[in-house]
Amino acid sequence: MDARESSGSAPVKKATRDMYLPPERRTIADGGDAHISAREFSIYYGEFEAVKRVSADILSKYVTAIIGPSGCGKSTFLRAINRMNDLIPSCHTTGALLFDGQDVYGKFTDEVLLRKKVGMVFQKPNPFPKSIFDNIAYGPRLHGVNDKKKLMEIVERSLKKAAIWDEVCDRLDKNALGLSGGQQQRICVARTLAVEPEVLLLDEPTSALDPKATAKIEDLIQELRGSYTIMIVTHNMQQASRVSDATMFFYEGVLVEQASTAQLFTNPKDPMTEDYITGRFS
Amino acid sequence: MNIGTRKILDRSFTAVGIGSIVVMAIALMIVVVPIITNGIGAVFFTGTVEHRKMLFSEFKRGDSENLSSEVASSNRYRAKVYGMLTGFEAELETMAPEKKAEYQAKYSEVRAALQALLGPLPGDPEPMLTRFKYGQTRWEKAEEKLHDLLYESKWDNSNPEVMAKEYFVSRAIGFQGTSLVKLFPYVKDNFEEILLPEFTFYWGFITDSSVDSHFFGGIWPEIQGTFFLAIGAMLFAFPLGVVAAVYFTEYARPGFLNSMLRSANSTLAGVPSIVFGMFGLAFFINTLKVSESKSVIAGALTLAIMILPTIIRAAEEAILAVPKTYREASLSLGSTKWNTIATVILPAALPGIITGGIISLGRAAGETAPIIFTAAVSVGSAIGLADVLTSPTPALSWNIYNLASEHEAAAQIRHVQYGMVLALVSIVLMLNLSAIVLRARISKKLKG
Repeated sequence: MDARESSGSAPVKKATRDMYLPPERRTIADGGDAHISAREFSIYYGEFEAVKRVSADILSKYVTAIIGPSGCGKSTFLRAINRMNDLIPSCHTTGALLFDGQDVYGKFTDEVLLRKKVGMVFQKPNPFPKSIFDNIAYGPRLHGVNDKKKLMEIVERSLKKAAIWDEVCDRLDKNALGLSGGQQQRICVARTLAVEPEVLLLDEPTSALDPKATAKIEDLIQELRGSYTIMIVTHNMQQASRVSDATMFFYEGVLVEQASTAQLFTNPKDPMTEDYITGRFS
Repeated sequence: MNIGTRKILDRSFTAVGIGSIVVMAIALMIVVVPIITNGIGAVFFTGTVEHRKMLFSEFKRGDSENLSSEVASSNRYRAKVYGMLTGFEAELETMAPEKKAEYQAKYSEVRAALQALLGPLPGDPEPMLTRFKYGQTRWEKAEEKLHDLLYESKWDNSNPEVMAKEYFVSRAIGFQGTSLVKLFPYVKDNFEEILLPEFTFYWGFITDSSVDSHFFGGIWPEIQGTFFLAIGAMLFAFPLGVVAAVYFTEYARPGFLNSMLRSANSTLAGVPSIVFGMFGLAFFINTLKVSESKSVIAGALTLAIMILPTIIRAAEEAILAVPKTYREASLSLGSTKWNTIATVILPAALPGIITGGIISLGRAAGETAPIIFTAAVSVGSAIGLADVLTSPTPALSWNIYNLASEHEAAAQIRHVQYGMVLALVSIVLMLNLSAIVLRARISKKLKG
């Protein structure tokens, strides 16, 4: 069956400030502009259409969660935003994906510059097999910062932002792989923050961590809220409801519903969303 | 499966594993122990006064006062031998012609045996070849020569049905009734006083050049040549191989050309080394004319071509083994592809790449066939670094073969062959050990 037919003509869900803002959060930031916009955006692996004609807006400086069952295309969609899907040779896209009004898949887009602005933290903590300092300094060095003092400042600031400075400040020269999983993941966040991105993409950042480390990462997301546009893919619906302002629900590649988190979890419009969040299927 | 059978299977598999390891260990011992025991003999042995004389006049090494007193003491005993010879020569003149001819033949055999044992006899002309200027330098060889002096070897072929058998007849019997008969017991009884055996540690075996095609001296030119060739081959093959591996794993698009290149690389790894030798001669020397004839550079290039496939394969495996997550992390930080390869992928793959490289280095050091036509000569002095572009060099692998099979007096210098074998095995072993240590150190650094 043609996937496109099944999804029907999904209406373009235009984000508005009102739609996203839960009343208690109206004070944070002055965001509300669409930082990332998708229009009829599809992603294919060869012939297979993994993400089907998604149209959505992700607002600047807010936390957006993407939920959905395994294989629904949520990670694929997330990885399309900083073009990590380029690593898969058979992957191609149609439609438009705009970042800051510019086409991410445009002919003249510099994906290296894009990735500098759109940082990503992966499912499994993946620090480089280098010292903690070198891990954090990797990005700034890439982008031309070589002054030792300046690097040290950036490393300290990033580690503090990622709430791990106190735990590692006395062993910056030790290999990052010697840390625990939760610490490694926060090192990865700090490494991403060190290049001063505008957007943080978190691809199931806590699925490999224990509950205590998960809580720390969630706290960290709360800390960063308002400073960065954050997108987080998660399997854990409690986590989505805890940390996010807005939530997108994907099912079989289709964006089924997008709403403020409070609304999506308390009053979903689509029956499929309701079935999923109440655990009737997964 | 029944728990009993499972346990039996487990145990029998363990037993087979242990058994094969034991068999391998025994095989290794059988190979290595003779190499070590015989090879050590080139450096530690019982040397005679002739060895010390040779060292002094060929290498200006040793204590001259000590040596002259030794020579004087030895000559006191030798003088009696020489006296007997002149006595017998005078006796010969008085004999009847037919009897004289008979003794003359036997006597010249005795003289030859004495020359081999003690060096030139008084009245002999100065020998042209260094090997004839000295007697036996090694005690065990001297004992063999003593046997040659005392006994004549004869062959019993009275029975045509079986193979002829060697047997020995005392020479003294042949000189019964002449004055020379006393010579044989005299040499035998005063053998130690004549040759003055002494335990010798000849470290010069490693650092000396050879004298008169390996009759005396050491194997430094060969060791140096081996290092030049192996390291030269690495200088060409290692960067090229790593770059090729990076291309294959990171840049090449899958397709016909790529799979052709890969299978060509695999095929290259299986080509016999003599073919590389012929190729090196035809291509590097005859076509490209990197040198007039054999040279270190031509040999190093040939070896480089030979080890290239192995290096490429090892580097490819090492690069592919780097977790994909490192690449993702680096790219997501805004790194370019090249930067990711240089700063993340290659450092993480380094232990594997280095292991492959050093195993290839060991192979380059040990290969004979590729350098026969391109770089190796059987005798030569150590060449300087400036000469590698034009000069050929002796090398351990080729000289082992040469001494064992083509040398005019292979049986006389077995100890040199064994010494070379031990040196080569030690070099290869050392390289492999350093690979293991290096790998362990880098891995430890990577793992934290």
